[in-house]
Amino acid sequence: MRILNLLKIALKAISLNKVRALLTMLGVIIGVASVIAMLAIGEGSKESIRAQISSMGSNMITIRPYAERQGGVRLNRNDMQSLTMDDFGQLEGKTSLLSYISPQVNGSGQVISGSENWPSSIYGVDPDFLSIRVWEVTDGSMFTDAEVKAASKVAVIGQTVVENLFTNGEDPVGQMIRFNNIPFKVIGVLAEKGENTFGQDQDDVVLAPYTTVQKRILAIDYLHSIVASAVSEEEAEAAVANVTEIMRDAHQLSANATEDFEVRSMDELISTFSSTSDMMTILLVAIASISLLIGGIGIMNIMYVSVKERTREIGLRLAIGAKGLDILTQFLIEAILISITGGIIGVILGLSATYVIEEILRWPTSVTSYSIAISFAVCAITGIFFGWYPARKASALDPITALRYE
Amino acid sequence: MGNETVHALKGVSFDIEEGEFVTIMGSSGSGKSTLLHIVGCLDQPTSGSYAINGVAVSSFNKNELATIRNEKIGFIFQSYNLLPRTTALENVELPLLYNSQVSTQERKKRALEALERVGLADRIQHTPSELSGGQQQRVAIARSLVNDPVVILADEATGNLDTRTSYEIMSLFQELNAQRKTIVFVTHEPDIAGFSKRTIVLKDGKILRDENNNKVNQAADMLLAMPVED
Ligand SMILES: Nc1ncnc2c1ncn2[C@@H]1O[C@H](COP(=O)(O)OP(=O)(O)OP(=O)(O)O)[C@@H](O)[C@H]1O
Ligand SMILES: [Mg+2]
Repeated sequence: MRILNLLKIALKAISLNKVRALLTMLGVIIGVASVIAMLAIGEGSKESIRAQISSMGSNMITIRPYAERQGGVRLNRNDMQSLTMDDFGQLEGKTSLLSYISPQVNGSGQVISGSENWPSSIYGVDPDFLSIRVWEVTDGSMFTDAEVKAASKVAVIGQTVVENLFTNGEDPVGQMIRFNNIPFKVIGVLAEKGENTFGQDQDDVVLAPYTTVQKRILAIDYLHSIVASAVSEEEAEAAVANVTEIMRDAHQLSANATEDFEVRSMDELISTFSSTSDMMTILLVAIASISLLIGGIGIMNIMYVSVKERTREIGLRLAIGAKGLDILTQFLIEAILISITGGIIGVILGLSATYVIEEILRWPTSVTSYSIAISFAVCAITGIFFGWYPARKASALDPITALRYE
Repeated sequence: MGNETVHALKGVSFDIEEGEFVTIMGSSGSGKSTLLHIVGCLDQPTSGSYAINGVAVSSFNKNELATIRNEKIGFIFQSYNLLPRTTALENVELPLLYNSQVSTQERKKRALEALERVGLADRIQHTPSELSGGQQQRVAIARSLVNDPVVILADEATGNLDTRTSYEIMSLFQELNAQRKTIVFVTHEPDIAGFSKRTIVLKDGKILRDENNNKVNQAADMLLAMPVED
């Protein structure tokens, strides 16, 4: 009953100063809205990175030469010759934790078909590669192990390559293309995958048997990487350990020698990118929190001025029987009402901003309920915290002194 | 604030019995308002003591004093002290907002009654800036009556009113006094003092005279005798 009356008094006081209350709220509104929008952007990008990396095959394990520094010069991984078919053979034979494994060599160059040409990349792999990357062939078929063995000049091409070479819409399967002047017969077309998180076009690719790419295009006999799939996501870590062990054996490394190769699972990649985007989120939220803090100081400032300005009113209230606690509560309610209302408007604004960012800028966003809860709680606490001091000051006034105040 | 200590009241000592109607007179600056503030538990004497119902006020804490002011005392301030931009009705309701025993309807009803008693029933939705000085004063009087106090302390409550209206208010006070309410009334005007049984005259913070009035005028009768003006 009493608190209801105090709420009424506080509401009345705010309604007498609507514009001021609104201006005070503005700090809180902007603070809350930016916290929510920033968290949504941070969370959204994290989720989309995670989803995209997972879609690249969440069990995937990559083995690459380790680009060691030699006399201060970091070697290009692709020039290192430490990864060989021997390693591949050892891995294929010695572990049961991998379900698929494929050698990989990469080249880049010009693809030509008729009068059209297009700069692209060629991946020399074996048929397991499709299962590892979770890619699919929509037209035609993937090359076979036999074709790999025979180093056949066959290729499976991505959609971007198709679009740029076969501009008249003819069926690419069965056509001849040339990659760096080496003729390949197109036997399949890959399903469209779009861009990955890093803005890379995953459809701009030509797949061919690694043997062919090694011999005809790159003229090398080592591998750029070995990609594999762990039998399950749970086994991925064990598989990484197992692969590392086999590789150390194969490279005859003594117990304390540093590795000349690197084994990475998708999980690690995900956590690397997640932690980067976590950092970004923290940074964004820190900036947003500062504006919330400034909003809070705004409340304190206004409440402080308000207490000074309304000293006579406080004096009168005390004189006709309000207790110190009543005055304290009234001013606290005012501060909390302002901050909570600001918080509600801020949440609405933050959600709308998030929606606009998603719809117009096409950035991935994800609003989490905890971000709303947190900014709301911070708001209420800000109200109490910054409203407390002025309210406390008001309640400690002496009636006659306050009534005499000018 | 000057460097010199001002002794607004010195060696003042008197008793007021329950149901008394006392007028306090004295020239400007003689300490009337200060005395009334002490009687109204708004201020405390720097030395000396003041007791209500035999209990020293200095023994009450702030909250107890607030409750006494809220439930037992009706105070009319010399400068009215109405809340700006707040209607007459809301101003009068104010003391009851701090009394949790009074419901919303009860509060409204009592505030309306109090405003009717001071002849302002037709001005309840006006804010102080829309009221004349005398009307504001009457709102302040209504506010002091709304909590049905046992003691009414009026600091020049008729200072801004014409003779007729001030007689109406005095008649109201006499009526309340007849209902055993204790009234302390500060005034400059000798004819107003004629409505009470006892007059205390202050001079420079000291009691100059404390005398009984044997011939109390009845404000209601004097109103009847007054020529009707248009
Ligand atoms: N807070 C204060 N600080 C210093 N002096 C004060 C204070 N309050 C009152 N006084 C002084 O105390 C004296 C009594 O003041 P008080 O207001 O009681 O006079 P009053 O009799 O009510 O006068 P009036 O008829 O003009 O209202 C005055 O001399 C005044 O200057
Ligand atoms: Mg005075």
